[in-house]
Amino acid sequence: MKMRNPQLNENGELQHLLTIEGLPREVLTHILDTASSFVGVTEREVKKVPLLRGKSVFNLFFENSTRTRTTFEIAAKRLSADVINLNINTSSTNKGETLLDTVDNLTAMHADMFVVRHAQSGAAHLIAQHVPKHVHVINAGDGRHAHPTQGLLDAYTIRHYKKDFTALSVAIVGDVLHSRVARSLIHALTTLGTPDLRVIGPQTLLPTGVEKLGVRVFHDMNAGLRDVDVVVMLRLQNERMRGPLLPSAQEYFKYYGLTPEKLALAKPDAIVMHPGPMNRGVEIDSAVADGEQAVILPQVTFGIAVRMAVMSILAGN
Amino acid sequence: MITTLPEAEALYAKLLEQLRPRVRPETAMVGIYTGGVWLAERLHADLDLRVPLGAIDISFYRDDFHQSGLKQDIKRSHIPFEVNDRHILLVDDVLYTGRTVRGAMNELFDYGRPASIELVGLVDRGGRGLPTSAQYVGETTEGPAGPMLVLDRDASGRLSLRYDDERAQ
Amino acid sequence: MKTQIQNGRVIDPKHGLDKVQDVYIAEGRIVGLGTAPDGFRPDRVVDAKGLVVMPGLVDLAARLREPGFEHKATLQSEMHAAVAGGVTSLACPPDTDPPLDEPGLVEMLKHRARVLNLAPVYPLGALTSKLEGERLTEMAEVRDAGWVAFSQAERPVVDTEVLWRALQYAATFDFAVWLRPQDAFLGKAGVAHDGEVATRLGLPGIPSFAETIALATLLQLARATGTRLHLCRLSTAEGVEMVRKAKEEGLKVSCDVGAHHLHLSEMDLGYFDTHCNVMPPFRSLRDRDALREGVREGVIDAVCSDHTPLDEDVKQMPFGESEPGATGLELLLPLTLKWAQESKLPLVKALARVTCDPARILGIDAGHLGLNAVADVCVFDPEGWFKVSPETLKSQGKNTPFLGYELPGRVRYTFVAGHLCYEAA
Repeated sequence: MKMRNPQLNENGELQHLLTIEGLPREVLTHILDTASSFVGVTEREVKKVPLLRGKSVFNLFFENSTRTRTTFEIAAKRLSADVINLNINTSSTNKGETLLDTVDNLTAMHADMFVVRHAQSGAAHLIAQHVPKHVHVINAGDGRHAHPTQGLLDAYTIRHYKKDFTALSVAIVGDVLHSRVARSLIHALTTLGTPDLRVIGPQTLLPTGVEKLGVRVFHDMNAGLRDVDVVVMLRLQNERMRGPLLPSAQEYFKYYGLTPEKLALAKPDAIVMHPGPMNRGVEIDSAVADGEQAVILPQVTFGIAVRMAVMSILAGN
Repeated sequence: MITTLPEAEALYAKLLEQLRPRVRPETAMVGIYTGGVWLAERLHADLDLRVPLGAIDISFYRDDFHQSGLKQDIKRSHIPFEVNDRHILLVDDVLYTGRTVRGAMNELFDYGRPASIELVGLVDRGGRGLPTSAQYVGETTEGPAGPMLVLDRDASGRLSLRYDDERAQ
Repeated sequence: MKTQIQNGRVIDPKHGLDKVQDVYIAEGRIVGLGTAPDGFRPDRVVDAKGLVVMPGLVDLAARLREPGFEHKATLQSEMHAAVAGGVTSLACPPDTDPPLDEPGLVEMLKHRARVLNLAPVYPLGALTSKLEGERLTEMAEVRDAGWVAFSQAERPVVDTEVLWRALQYAATFDFAVWLRPQDAFLGKAGVAHDGEVATRLGLPGIPSFAETIALATLLQLARATGTRLHLCRLSTAEGVEMVRKAKEEGLKVSCDVGAHHLHLSEMDLGYFDTHCNVMPPFRSLRDRDALREGVREGVIDAVCSDHTPLDEDVKQMPFGESEPGATGLELLLPLTLKWAQESKLPLVKALARVTCDPARILGIDAGHLGLNAVADVCVFDPEGWFKVSPETLKSQGKNTPFLGYELPGRVRYTFVAGHLCYEAA
């Protein structure tokens, strides 16, 4: 029965960033435009602005990810916020305190913003529905559901190199089933008007009804990459390389790894993206990862500016 | 509300004449978005300054962020010269409370330590809330306290002033 | 105590009766309909003008949480919820802690229920010891302990050899076996219907064929062994079709559906509403419509509450970690009425699915108002719409996806064996 978009406050402004799905194009464009201004800041001698002075940002990571946590930490610090990092191991038998107990405790310490990563889809929504009105929640990845800042930084990168979304072919390759990155990017690009979105992978790595998200499904990578402008490679988790979903990393690389030969099927000026960390020789050949068409490191740089933009827009609403 | 509005182009001419004897070719100029940049673009060309023009958007330095949030359509600040030890002319269209100037100076200092900053404004409408004053002003006028005085630029680049009753300061 | 229920619209699905008349109750039984028996002098007269008088509801699945889960709900709280919902006979699945796999446990539960003097409880025995799916329980030994049938609750028997033997053994003594068709492996990490919504929300899915594959196995074994098989909580359109064919073939099968499944679908998960975490999961709209049609036609014999009271803590969690289940005893009648209205089905037909049909499956003489029947009677206001809220629910579990819904059918009086167990405030 809770049907109001849980990301918006009563004025229709962005209160939390939980998922890209359902956000209007103007909101996404505003975030990307603001990020562009922050890119200017990050290129300066002093890479800091005073916007969030006196605010406390809690990085609440129930799933370990030093890399993502660091990018949020840098973003918050460049906005002059105080940053508190908490890595909470849920796999331990710590059954006593519930997720919301933890959140209540931190709220009592005057948190202004939570950056949440959790292995369960919907965890950030749960927290957002629970916190007091002045607190903002940013989803830094919940289960397989969403990783909106990653989707936004991917969109930012694509816009940076390709300028216009409305004439692009974008292929997302690999483990879409478990990927919150893929889901968020698909929502971002469909909202921004990308006409040709493709997902490429074996049936075992594509979720049921994925075409309902507005993508075309390819199992043959050679067919799927033909004439695309952007190739987004997804990370394949170690534990999924051998088992019921895939027989081996070698076979996966042979059919779904991005090699220079396969990349040659895309447009000559196609860019290659990867959310990191990469498995070289599993989903991507080093020759591609280090090649001229890869924009994987710029993604990381833009990621900071995008997160600064999201944090400052939320904090201002 | 009947108020005589100053004629922007006439003020511009006055301002230009004030500045002309005071600038040296190595003087740097920075405009504050949006009106200040329009003004600075004209001054920079008319004064034939050699140092490329800088432009700043002070949105990230506003002291009212926690009340009003982040505005739409923020421009990227761009200072294409070394700030350290530079004499800088900071240009804004309408000088009022001084808060914008404070934000702009804070931002400039994040680029380096200038030798000096002088303030240039087309109109000074009084009402200062912070201890800032302009060195070069087209005209000082005591307008109505409520509505915001804004600078417009038409397609031909002509500047004009008007009161915007929608936006109270 | 002699009671006369006056001027109510008496609906008795078993006898096709729908007529305004008086009901006379004495010594716990129905002693007259329309005309009073000679010399009947009521001690109490209940005015049922504008109200419906029907047999008390028979619920095929109500978890009363004892023994083992008293923190979630107690027998007392849930038995009060039952009569507040007009439910006068309840079958309880054996997934208690410990599971109901010994006569002593069943005896104790029945005894505890009897002491409360509310509705009779019919515990289902565990088909295998501790529900582990390995060793048969002593079914024949305990036939007199009051076990109506044998079940695995939510735990599928993994080993089909054991399943086959268990069905054979039950058939030997003509015991009914109640099983929910659910493959032990397919979608075992799943928490939502494997479809569009689960894909969007990134929730691990439970495919429809997790139900139909298990169903195919169960139907084949039922055919081979001749066991009386009751299939619990169907959730798929294909499943309904399979049961229809099995019945046409003449297999001794029956089946039920949870009342909430007649109304909700995967779409209702919204933004991870954990109250919509139920087992089996809410599936597609097509499945929901097939279930509604299945109940209308009678392919699905009974509608049950699948009552699972939970405390709020286990719902205030990320969807995948929250506990499945919904409280339902007090919503069984309202949800059935809502379905009947929407399906344009006359009450005398619709209410069979919560009265005489489930009574037949349980093998008890209940769920009707025939002369000399045990006087289990529910009197409700068909115009009495109410808003579902934690305050309107007597159950200790307030967990229902219908919170905030307005539903018809407020119960006014509930009699169990002629005894007034509930009267609305």
